[in-house]
Amino acid sequence: MGARPPLSSFGIWMLGPALLKYGNDAQKKEHLPKIAAGEIRWCQGYSEPNAGSDLASLQTRAESDGDDFVITGSKIWTSYANYADWIFCLVRTDPTAKKHDGISFILFDMTSKGVTTKPILLISGYSPFCETFFDGVRVPKSHVVGTVNRGWDVAKYLLQHERAMISGMGERGVGRPLGQIAADSVGTDALGRLDDAMLRGQIASFDVDEAALAACAERAVDLAKAGQAHPAFSSAMKYYGTELNKRRYEILMSAGGVDALEWESERSRQGARPRAWLRTKANSIEGGTSEVMLGIVAKRILDLPGA
Amino acid sequence: MALVLTEEQSMLRDSARGLISDKAPVSHLRHLRDSKDPTGFSKELWQSFAEMGYAGLLVPEEFGGSGLGFMEAGIVTEEIGRTLMPSPFLATSVVAASALNRGGSAAQKSEYLPKISNGSLLATLAIDEGAKHRPLQTNLQAVRAGNGFKLSGAKALVVDGHVADLFIVAARTAGAAGKREGLTLFLVNSKAKGVAIERTIMVDAHNAARIEFANVELTADSVLGEVDQAAGLLDGILDIGRGAVAAEMVGLSDEVFGRTVEYLKNRKQFGKLIGEFQALQHRAAQLYVDIEITRAAVMKALQALDADVAKAASAVAVAKARAGTTATRAVQEGVQMHGGMGMTDQFDIGFFMKRARICEELFGDANYHTEQLARARGY
Ligand SMILES: Cc1cc2nc3c(=O)[nH]c(=O)nc-3n(C[C@H](O)[C@H](O)[C@H](O)COP(=O)(O)OP(=O)(O)OC[C@H]3O[C@@H](n4cnc5c(N)ncnc54)[C@H](O)[C@@H]3O)c2cc1C
Ligand SMILES: Cc1cc2nc3c(=O)[nH]c(=O)nc-3n(C[C@H](O)[C@H](O)[C@H](O)COP(=O)(O)OP(=O)(O)OC[C@H]3O[C@@H](n4cnc5c(N)ncnc54)[C@H](O)[C@@H]3O)c2cc1C
Repeated sequence: MGARPPLSSFGIWMLGPALLKYGNDAQKKEHLPKIAAGEIRWCQGYSEPNAGSDLASLQTRAESDGDDFVITGSKIWTSYANYADWIFCLVRTDPTAKKHDGISFILFDMTSKGVTTKPILLISGYSPFCETFFDGVRVPKSHVVGTVNRGWDVAKYLLQHERAMISGMGERGVGRPLGQIAADSVGTDALGRLDDAMLRGQIASFDVDEAALAACAERAVDLAKAGQAHPAFSSAMKYYGTELNKRRYEILMSAGGVDALEWESERSRQGARPRAWLRTKANSIEGGTSEVMLGIVAKRILDLPGA
Repeated sequence: MALVLTEEQSMLRDSARGLISDKAPVSHLRHLRDSKDPTGFSKELWQSFAEMGYAGLLVPEEFGGSGLGFMEAGIVTEEIGRTLMPSPFLATSVVAASALNRGGSAAQKSEYLPKISNGSLLATLAIDEGAKHRPLQTNLQAVRAGNGFKLSGAKALVVDGHVADLFIVAARTAGAAGKREGLTLFLVNSKAKGVAIERTIMVDAHNAARIEFANVELTADSVLGEVDQAAGLLDGILDIGRGAVAAEMVGLSDEVFGRTVEYLKNRKQFGKLIGEFQALQHRAAQLYVDIEITRAAVMKALQALDADVAKAASAVAVAKARAGTTATRAVQEGVQMHGGMGMTDQFDIGFFMKRARICEELFGDANYHTEQLARARGY
């Protein structure tokens, strides 16, 4: 665990809700059934080399040419771009407007002429994402979701869903409780307690926080149903959920000791645990960093000045 | 069940908040403290609590109570936490009422519960003997004497012990300290011969006492529940108390946090509102997240208690542990972000810090409950 959920999730968890809210009838009809069936694999073209946390400063251009936009620029950290069939992408359609106002949200086929991808290797040794280049890619204007130049609304709405999804990734967890996993490698004392008092304390504190977070996730859903949810609450959950998942893997590494460090072998399932551990470090970066999430909470929920 | 308040619960919260914030803002506690009030709470206000049905909130209707649940009790303690109102609600209406209702004979219930409901009887659980909450370490001795028992030993941090009419005393009738077997609960009249009460002025200016029992003679019908077998009953009563205290800590944390965020929006330094500094913004945001997560955990525990007290232990351990950690953090950040002002007695923040410290110790601190969870999960 700790990897992004499967490729199909980009459609179901992220694009689907955004299309339901902002898509026109033709777009819904074309894409929603395929998203539901998992037929089309989607990727997310948001981040650029110079537009990470400050996403709205993105520079990929889309120039109007008759019924088409012609797209030129590059994206980075595009998860599974090399496997994806289609992309939902943020492009700048008005370079003269203020940065949030000139962005459009557009869908296109990754086999379009002018699209190339180049995989990037992660510290986990996996290569789940790419640099993505667009060189004069022609996309019909009918593929814009929502209004031209109002793509930031769609982008933010989709991010709320993405953050809710990422915050829940840790909860499904590793199956067996941490205390039992640790007992296998650390052993137990005469009373049946973990034979490492400090580790035991860390696991117990983790278990308290994890159970509390699960209650809060449940409550977030109930509040949404009751129409009482704050739209920025997913940022709060994203922050806590991802930090907690990193804690889980630090504990797993500590519990596993040297056994958890093997990188290439049958026995270690090709280093499954250390690779998953390293992958979790991205949880608090992808979909908006922890610092950015705290900034959103400070500004939108706490209404602090200048945030 | 959804983790949001129902309409009735929201109404209860609003009316409790109205009464408490109106009649007992923090200045009420300050006045009681500074005047060294011998009762330590307002009897008049307690009468209002009874009239509004709060004193008997958990008492079944047949005994004159409101017949509500632990979720509702938590709503009231959360509001109490916002103004730190000293009140017999926790000791009498939550803990003692639950003890009598769950463990009492028909005669005991009909003798005491109506008086709790109408506000005329104050009762409290006397459990801890040492510095830390260790219920199984109970070692106050109850030896058989004729048809009854004789009680000898001492209890510490008996909440409202100096004003209570009735003590519910955990005693050892068999076995060694540390064992589950051999615990018995007794109902003891506070005026009984051999009972010595010393009011202890604690850091939070709320009410507590040390109580000594010197060969206090009790009849057989003063046993609450079964002789030697009180551990299970006690677990339930304590978990109910823990849930209520955890809710009080949520109210307290939320109030301190609200006051602190307000301060960040008003205090200027370096030509800016201090709330503009990201170092403070992020800490405030983290504290907000902590409080919301704890709030959910506490609601979960109160619902679990309402569903089945005997199965709520883990949810309660999570809630009390989280509430302790969160409140500790909230009051520290509260004082820190108020700068020098936070350190002054004239300012209210310090009262919250002191109460949080008592709530943390009451019925087991975060370490205690984290340990309980580890044991329950078998590692
Ligand atoms: C595994 C993984 C998968 C990803 N998948 C995708 C994808 O499919 N599609 C896509 O578009 N993007 C994807 N991303 C990109 C991700 O959204 C960005 O990495 C993220 O938004 C951060 O941007 P950045 O990497 O440029 O870091 P930067 O924005 O340069 O941040 C560097 C550091 O500065 C901090 N920082 C930045 N601004 C502030 C501020 N205002 N206040 C305080 N601190 C600040 C950050 O928190 C961070 O710690 C993925 C990233 C990862 C790691
Ligand atoms: C016990 C005690 C003894 C003292 N003795 C003396 C003494 O003998 N002589 C004397 O002159 N003074 C004394 N002081 C005053 C002390 O120096 C100040 O309280 C301290 O400098 C903080 O100032 P303040 O109280 O105005 O808080 P503020 O400056 O208003 O700070 C409020 C909060 O905002 C934070 N904050 C402020 N600016 C920033 C920023 N740029 N970035 C991030 N956070 C920020 C602070 O860290 C604090 O958390 C004493 C204070 C105390 C509590």
